Amino acid sequence: MSKRNLAFYDTTIGKKAVMAVSGLILIGFIIGHMLGNLQIFMGADKLNAYAHLLHSMQGPLWGARLVIIAALIAHFWSAISLTLRNRAARPVQYQRKADLATTYAAKTMIFGGIILALFIVFHLAHLTLGEIGEFDPANVYANVVAGFQVQWIAGFYILAQAALALHLYHGAWSFLQTLGANHAKYNHLRKAFSIALALAVAVGNISIPVAVLSGFLK
Amino acid sequence: MKITLHVWRQSDAKDKGHFEKYVHPNVSPDSSFLEMLDEVNEDLLSQNKEPIAFDNDCREGICGACGMVINGAPHGPQRLTTTCQLHMRKFKDGDEVWIEPWRAKAFPVIRDLIVDRGAMDRIIEAGGYISINTQNAQDANALPIPKPVADKAMDAATCIGCGACVAACPNAAAMLFTSAKVSHLGLLPQGQPERARRVGNMVAQMEAEGFGGCTNHGDCAEACPKGIGLEFIARMNRDFFGAMLKSPDHIPARWKRR
Repeated sequence: MSKRNLAFYDTTIGKKAVMAVSGLILIGFIIGHMLGNLQIFMGADKLNAYAHLLHSMQGPLWGARLVIIAALIAHFWSAISLTLRNRAARPVQYQRKADLATTYAAKTMIFGGIILALFIVFHLAHLTLGEIGEFDPANVYANVVAGFQVQWIAGFYILAQAALALHLYHGAWSFLQTLGANHAKYNHLRKAFSIALALAVAVGNISIPVAVLSGFLK
Repeated sequence: MKITLHVWRQSDAKDKGHFEKYVHPNVSPDSSFLEMLDEVNEDLLSQNKEPIAFDNDCREGICGACGMVINGAPHGPQRLTTTCQLHMRKFKDGDEVWIEPWRAKAFPVIRDLIVDRGAMDRIIEAGGYISINTQNAQDANALPIPKPVADKAMDAATCIGCGACVAACPNAAAMLFTSAKVSHLGLLPQGQPERARRVGNMVAQMEAEGFGGCTNHGDCAEACPKGIGLEFIARMNRDFFGAMLKSPDHIPARWKRR
């Protein structure tokens, strides 16, 4: 690390750039992960074959995992540091505070992030490590269906994915602004992109526990 | 009309401060917000009480001196309007109005509704200028500037430095102010030689003053009496990344917090 990088990260703008780039990497992962998971609707064999394919490529798999872990650490670290600084910047709160332009999504980014952090731990324990309930490493399909047949587990997944959608709605709009892309001509596309991404992730990911709960997937 | 005020009273920076309730039974809808406060103060003076201290100067909406948070909104409920240009017709008979100073660590309260906005002056000192020899003014037409560029620079230059953006920001960030000041010089040819150093120095000073960071809420732009937009924040970020890439020398060594 050169001295320059250190100074860059010392600024809130630098930390925000780290938030934006790591967030973008995580968005890429979220989309890929969702598309992979949606193969559950194509049958047990298809999903299990996909899981087997991923596990057969240990090198690239761990390469991708390391990038994702690095992005998560950078994202969390910057978020905590920025939030603490932002809180400290207003030691005395307003008695009355009107929301002029901000959204529920923007105001709850840190809480959404905390829910997602807890979810990631639970999700890894549940469907990667198999520490929760019965688990067969060779049969991903069965693990998912058995997991989501437990109502509280399915409920937690649905809640977390709703939080993720809200997080993405502000995050996807935000990262372009932070990285300097704001143009009156294209801003409506930024808004449309963030809404489309949030909706796609919410519908795609929530469809799986709902399909299991309703008995569509057995 | 009858207006009930809840006004923040604080005798000095060390005082904890509290809300005091005042009732003005006969407010003219044609009076400005500050005229209404003047009347409340006349009444307080006649009772030998300390009047409410608030900043104001031109009362024409162009100097940037006035400003208070009115029912949670900096400069009150009317868009693109400073406190002095806000009129009581925007309120209803019987309304309760909460008045607070700008709240930010970087803006310590001096008294009641007056805060010390010296932090913004120091951001300007750090780079909000161009270094040229001042003798005879150059012929204006000798330096052609495309109209859209001149317009955009003027949009940024409309900033009156009132601090409403900081007051509105959930993080008490000064990004909109700093970005306006960085951009209005950075857009013009005269501002080019110092462009990278300017953004580095001004951002460094902004950070050193203890303002928060931008989380893209957009409340600042909505509160801005001059309608300065978030595009200038994106623009400053671009400039800042560019300055960083050019040379670390553009980023000053004074990272120590005040």
